[in-house]
Amino acid sequence: MRKLLALGLVGGLLAVGAQGVMADENAELVIDGKTFVTKLKAPADSPFDEILSGWRFRTDETQALQLDDFENPAMISAQYGEELWNTADGADGKSCADCHGDASESMKGLRAQMPKWHEGKKTLFALEDHINWSREEHQKAKPWKWESQEMVAMTAYIGLQSRGMPVNVKIDGPAQEWWEKGKELYYTRVGQLDMACSHCHENNYGNMVRADHLSQGQINGFPVYRLKWQGMGSIHRRFKGCMDNIRATPYKRGSDEFTALELYLASRGQGLSVETPALRN
Amino acid sequence: MANIKPRVKVPKKAKAGEAIVIKTLISHPMESGQRKDSKTGKLIPRKIINKFVATYNGKEAFSMDLLPAIAANPYIEFSVKLSESGTMRFEWTDDDGSVYDIENKITVA
Repeated sequence: MRKLLALGLVGGLLAVGAQGVMADENAELVIDGKTFVTKLKAPADSPFDEILSGWRFRTDETQALQLDDFENPAMISAQYGEELWNTADGADGKSCADCHGDASESMKGLRAQMPKWHEGKKTLFALEDHINWSREEHQKAKPWKWESQEMVAMTAYIGLQSRGMPVNVKIDGPAQEWWEKGKELYYTRVGQLDMACSHCHENNYGNMVRADHLSQGQINGFPVYRLKWQGMGSIHRRFKGCMDNIRATPYKRGSDEFTALELYLASRGQGLSVETPALRN
Repeated sequence: MANIKPRVKVPKKAKAGEAIVIKTLISHPMESGQRKDSKTGKLIPRKIINKFVATYNGKEAFSMDLLPAIAANPYIEFSVKLSESGTMRFEWTDDDGSVYDIENKITVA
C-alpha cells in the first residue's frame, strides 16, 4: 500500500499541469519608474533560450506586491537592516556605518557580485559569510545565525543597495573550482525521488508540479519575503526547502555545497536585475 | 522583529472631491494571546493594535477596531474625498495603552 501511494505521488509530481495560474506574459517589473530586467536572451552557452526572473512565474497578484515598496512586506525587514547598519555592536562599539559610511554608496553593487572569492580567507564567501566575517574581524561582535532576523534584514538592506543592477558574478580564477562543484551538484540526482535541480528548473520550468509553478530557480531576488513562509528567508533556506521536497537530506545553511550551488545559480542568471528584497510565493 | 514603526503613504496633493487612496502599515507582532511559550508552556500575553483612527483636521475620517486574528504588520488601505487642505493624523492604539502616530499634510486644490 505504501509503495502504491508513493508511486502515485511521483506520478503526480511529474504530471504536467494546466497553465491556470500563468501570469500575464508581457507584464514588466517597474518599481518607482525604473524597469527591471526580468527577461533576457540567454547567451549561447546557457541551457536556457531566455533567462527569466522568478518574478515572471508568479501570479498577477503576487507580482503586484513587488511593484510598490510600500506594499512589499520585505521592505520592513530591509528597514530593520538599516537600523542595524547604524547600531553599534560588539566589543569595539562600532556600527557598520562607522567604517562603511553610507550603505547606498559603499554597498552598491555588492549583492550583484555575490558569492565572491575572499582573498583573506581563501574561500568562497556568500553575503552572509561576509557580514559575519566583518562582525568578528572588525566589530568584535558575535556572528549572527544564518537565518536570524538580523542576518536576513542585513542581507536585505545591503542587497537593496544593488537593486536594479545586473547580476555579475565572477566564475573564473579561484572561484572556478567552486562553480564547477556547484554545476555538478545541480545535475546530480539526490534523495528518495532521485531528482536533480535540473529536472524541475531546467527541463520543466513553466510547468506545474501539482500546485507549484516551476521557475528557472533564479536567485536574483534573495533574500525574499516568501508568502509560504510568512516571512523572510535566505537563498540557502530555499535550497533546503527544495531538497526536503525531493526527500533528500539537505546540506547545512552556509555549507560549502550550498555556497557553490549559489554561485552556479547566480551565474545562470547573469544579466538579470537584482530584485532584492523580492516577494515570492 | 524590529521596533514598532508606523508608516503611511499619502499623496501630497489632491483635487477637491476626488477620492484619494491612503495606505498605512505598522510593523507590529500582533501577538494573539492564544500561543504558548514553547519552553515554559505558559500563554504569551496578548499584545495587539486594537484600534486604528485617521482624523483629518481633527475630524474622524476613518476608524477601525482590530482583533486578535489579524496578522502581524497590519496593512490598512482606505480612500477619502477631501474638500480642503489640512493634516491627516493617524493613530494606532496598542493593548498596553501606547499610541503610535504620524501626521501628513495634504494640499487640496
